[in-house]
Amino acid sequence: MAQVIVVTSGKGGVGKTTTSAAFATGLAQRGKKTVVIDFDVGLRNLDLIMGVERRVVFDIVNVIQGEARLNQALIRDKRVDTLAILPASQTRDKDALTREGVSTIIEELSADFDYILCDSPAGIEKGALLALYFADQAIVVTNPEVSSVRDSDRILGVLQSKSKRAEEKRDKVKEHLLVTRYDPNRVERGEMLKLEDVREILAIPLLGVVPENESVLKASNTGTPVIMDTESVAGQAYKDAVGRFLGEDLPHRFLEPEKKPGLFKRLFGGRAA
Amino acid sequence: MSWLDYFRAARKDEPPPSASAAKERLQIVLAHERIGRTREDFLPKLQQELVAVVARYVAIDPGKVKLDLDRGGDMSTLAIEIELPGPPANKPQQRAAAG
Repeated sequence: MAQVIVVTSGKGGVGKTTTSAAFATGLAQRGKKTVVIDFDVGLRNLDLIMGVERRVVFDIVNVIQGEARLNQALIRDKRVDTLAILPASQTRDKDALTREGVSTIIEELSADFDYILCDSPAGIEKGALLALYFADQAIVVTNPEVSSVRDSDRILGVLQSKSKRAEEKRDKVKEHLLVTRYDPNRVERGEMLKLEDVREILAIPLLGVVPENESVLKASNTGTPVIMDTESVAGQAYKDAVGRFLGEDLPHRFLEPEKKPGLFKRLFGGRAA
Repeated sequence: MSWLDYFRAARKDEPPPSASAAKERLQIVLAHERIGRTREDFLPKLQQELVAVVARYVAIDPGKVKLDLDRGGDMSTLAIEIELPGPPANKPQQRAAAG
């Protein structure tokens, strides 16, 4: 039986799709059979971040409407052979997603995969509710910023009341906090919420901290999940987070400001890595 | 070094870091929102009923009711300011309406 993981946040633009792509790739790199589903019907983007946008033929709505078989809609990743992507529809409206339809898809995928990642759209409307409904675990992506933290708190409330597990009064959805776009320099200057503050307020276990990093934009430019950029701090932070998810005990890195290079280095040292 | 001290002194006058304000504001707003999740927000109804009670005894102008709510960390205050009309000048029927 596969584990269903929702990547959610409430607020938009905090890094859900970046995280879904990185995390799914990371799990697959560890040999786990992983499928990642884009629930953002009408605003699909996971295909672009994963670099498979030119291979999309059918999408989740086609499968739900019976216009294509699940296997025809699944895109097998060419870089990691245990990874597959189920894209969202770009043309239909979000009412095309039904709970029964999604349920059937997840059931069918459960037979073939270890992990089913659901990339949630922003908000707490139908698409987001469907993305989290079947979840066994939730990765709550949060920026150290007031509106993001507030929305994360809200989505935690929704997970506890509107998920299938909550409705059936089973064990609650296992929650993980992933703080992204963390800038230790701004934290040191007192301009940004500290990691400890975010943890204290949301009070769920910390899975990882991904620092604000240029590599994330570079990765999306080329359609390469940032976890594949093993040199970058964001890539390493995601790799650590995947390790922790799989039960490894890894210290959190990249929480302190980098030592500023001296004037000489800044003038003559070329570009910083 | 004295000219450098000038810059150091200027830095001390900077406003306090904003991150602590962010934390404090979040803690307060979330404390209230978390209550609201399990229980219906009773304040709008409380306001309505309080004003209705006053209106039973005094003919008040609904446009002259001012409500102020301040949700705080340890304590919230709800201030209802109702402007009462002046004493009725030779209007005996007012009594009957109030009863």
